[in-house]
Amino acid sequence: MKLSSTVLALLAVIVSGPALAGKLDEVRNRGALKCGVSTGVVGFSAPDAGGVWHGFDVGMCRAVAAATLGDPMAVEFVPQTSKTRFSALASGEIDMLSRTTTWTYSRDSDLNVEFAGVNFYDGQGFLIANALGVSSAKDLNGATVCIKTGTTSELNLADYFRTNGMSFDPVPVETDAEAIQQLLANSCDVFSTDSSKLNAHRATLENPDAYSILPEIISKEPLGPAVLHGDQQWGDIVRWTLNALLTAEELGVTSANVSDLAANSTNPEIKRLLGTEGELGAMLDLPADWAQKVISAGGNYGELFDNTIGSNSPIGIERGLNALWTNGGLQYSPPFR
Amino acid sequence: MTTRASPPRERFRISQLIYDTRYRSYTIQVFALFMFAAFVGWLVNNTLQNLSNAGKDLDFGFLFSTAGYEINQRLVSYGPDSSHLRASIVGLLNTLLVALLGCVMATVIGTFVGILRLSKNWLIARLMGLYVEMFRNVPLLLWILLTMAVLTELLPSPREFRGESATASMMLNDTSAITNRGVYVPLPQFSRGLDKALDGSLGLNPNALAILFVLGAGLYVSQRIKLRADRIQSKSGERPVTWFWRTGVIVVPVLVLFFAFGFHLEYPELKGFNFIGGLRFRNSLIALWLALSLYTAAFIGEVVRSGIMAVPKGQIEGAEALGLRPARIMRSVILPQALRVIIPPVISQYLSLTKNTSLAIAVGYMDITGTLGGITMNQTGRELECVLLLMLVYLAISLTVSAGMNVYNARVNLVER
Repeated sequence: MKLSSTVLALLAVIVSGPALAGKLDEVRNRGALKCGVSTGVVGFSAPDAGGVWHGFDVGMCRAVAAATLGDPMAVEFVPQTSKTRFSALASGEIDMLSRTTTWTYSRDSDLNVEFAGVNFYDGQGFLIANALGVSSAKDLNGATVCIKTGTTSELNLADYFRTNGMSFDPVPVETDAEAIQQLLANSCDVFSTDSSKLNAHRATLENPDAYSILPEIISKEPLGPAVLHGDQQWGDIVRWTLNALLTAEELGVTSANVSDLAANSTNPEIKRLLGTEGELGAMLDLPADWAQKVISAGGNYGELFDNTIGSNSPIGIERGLNALWTNGGLQYSPPFR
Repeated sequence: MTTRASPPRERFRISQLIYDTRYRSYTIQVFALFMFAAFVGWLVNNTLQNLSNAGKDLDFGFLFSTAGYEINQRLVSYGPDSSHLRASIVGLLNTLLVALLGCVMATVIGTFVGILRLSKNWLIARLMGLYVEMFRNVPLLLWILLTMAVLTELLPSPREFRGESATASMMLNDTSAITNRGVYVPLPQFSRGLDKALDGSLGLNPNALAILFVLGAGLYVSQRIKLRADRIQSKSGERPVTWFWRTGVIVVPVLVLFFAFGFHLEYPELKGFNFIGGLRFRNSLIALWLALSLYTAAFIGEVVRSGIMAVPKGQIEGAEALGLRPARIMRSVILPQALRVIIPPVISQYLSLTKNTSLAIAVGYMDITGTLGGITMNQTGRELECVLLLMLVYLAISLTVSAGMNVYNARVNLVER
C-alpha cells in the first residue's frame, strides 16, 4: 500500500549504515539511473502499451542517463505517488525525482530536497464539467473538490477558499486516475491540480469537450527535477543537464543537427556546449561530449516540450511561460562557460 | 549417636554459571537480555545517527504548527488554521467512530449469521455458509473498494435531483436523500437548547449530555421498579404489572426535555452544488463501515457457531425435556454458555477491525492514518515522528479495547469454587 514505501524508507533510516561514495559512482556501477516518475500522467510520464515510458518528465530522466551513462535507455523508472516520492528520494530508492514536483521553500530546506531548476512553470487550476455551468472559480462555493493528498495543491486550495470566504468539501484521493474516475461519476464537482496535468487528463477523456478548465490559476507551481540534498556534484549534473537542454534550444541545436554542428560549427558557444572546445565535461566528471548525447536523446527543450505535451502532441499545451526568455517566456539558462 | 554433619558450604565458582544447571538458565537469560538491549540500543543509535546525517532531528514541535489543509469529516471543530495536533485528533475521532460503528454492526450481523448457519433450514444454512466463505476469503481492501465503487457509480449525483426533469428524487416524504456523495437524513436540532445558553463553552454538546443524563436516570429508576416487582413476586408469588411505569419513567422525561429544548428536525436541501443541512453520512464512511462490518461479521459468525456447538448436547436436550421453546433455549440456555467460548476470539476480531480501519485512505476517509500518517506526514516530512505516534495511538486503542473486553469476559466467566 501507500505506507509501504514510507515504512521502507524508515527501515532504511533505522538499519542502513552510513552512505557510501557519491551518487555518480553509484549510478555508474549500477549501469542504470533510478528515476522516480508519476504513476501515469499522459504527456509527463506514462508507459505505453509496450511498457516503455514516455513523456516530458521521462525525457528529463533519459537526458540525465545520457549524460552520465551515455545511454538514454539505461533508466529504471520507479513510479511514485505524491505521498511516497520524498521518502523514496530520502531513502536512496531513487537517484532523482522527475515527477511534476513543485519547488517550495519548506521542501527545499526542511525535506532536504534539492531542486535542480524549473522545467515547467505551472499553476493550479480547476477541471469541471460544463454541465454545471460554472465559469469562474469564484462560483465554487460549497463545491465538492477532488484533491490529491500530500500535495501543495491541497494547501493552496484551502488557502484560496479561505481567502475568498468560501467553503468546500474536499474528497482526498491518492492518484490522478482516481480523481478523474470520481469526476466522471459526478461524485466530485471539480478536480483541482496543476493545470498542465488537467490539460493532459482532459485530452484523454472520452468526451473532452464536456469538460473545461476554469480561467483562474490560483497558485505558482514551478515544477522541476529534484535530487537529495548533500551530493553537490550529482545535483550539478541534473541542473546542468536541464540547462543544456535550454541552451541547446536557444542556440538552435536540435537532435537532427547536433552531430553536424559538433563537427562543423564555428560558434564558440555551441562548441563549448557540445564539448569540442574547453574542458567543461571534465569539471563534472562527465565525458566531453555529454551534452551531445543529452540533445540527441530526446532533442532540446523545445523539441521535448512539443513532442510530449506541446503542439505535436494531443495535449497541446501552449509554451506560454515556458517559452525561452528570448521569446517572452521565463525559461533561461545560465551560460556554459 | 552419629550426627550427620551438614554438607560443607560450597564456595561459588564462576564456572558454575555455565556448568551448574541451577545457574545456567539464568546465565543464558541474562546474556540474551543483554544482547537484546544492545540490539535495541544499536537500532536507536543508528537511527539518530542516520537522521542527523540526513540533516534531520527527532522533533515533535511540528504538531503545534498550522496544518493548512481541510478535513471533510470532523466530529470536533477544525479548520485549515488549526494545528496538526488538532488534525490528528479529528482523525483519531474518525477512526474511533468507524471502529465503534463497525464493531456494533459486525457483532449483530455475526451473531445472526452464526446462529442461522446452524439452522435446520437447508437453504438458510447454505446461504450463510456462502456469505462466510465469500467474505472471509477475499481481501478486505477489495471489499472496501468494491463497496465504494458501487456507492459512487450507481447512486445518483446531487445534480440529478435538480430541475423539472430530475431523474432522482428525495425519499421519505422529501426528508432524506441518497446520493453518490453520501446519505442525507434529517438532523435533530434544538431551538432553545442548553448550547445557546452556555454559548459553546463546553467541548461537548450540552444538549446531548443532558438527554443522556435524563435517559440514564430513567433507566436506573426503571431498574429499581423491576427489582421491587421481583421482591413482591418472591414474597407473595404475584407479580405486579409494571410495564407502563417502567416505560413511562424512561420516555416521558426525555419527551419533556425535547419539548423544553424546542426540538425540531433540520431537513437537507439541495443548494448549489450539494445538499446543505441535515445529517450527512459520507460515502467513504458508509463504504468503510459496511465493508469492515460485513468482513468481520463473517469471522464473528464462525466464532459464534463454534461457541454454540461447544455447548454440550445434553444441555439442549435437558432444556427440551423441561418443555422450553427453541427460541427460549437459545436465549436462556445456549447463548449464556456459548458466550464464554465466544468472547475471547471476538476480542481479537474487534482488535483487527480497529486496526483494519487504517485502510480508510483507500476510499478517502480521513482517519488518523489519513491525517497524521498521510497529509501531516507528507506536508511536514516528519516520517519517523508520525509513524511512531501512529503506532502508539493504535497500540493504545487496541490495549484499551482489549482491557475492556477482558473485564467483560471475567464477568461472564463461570465462577469456579
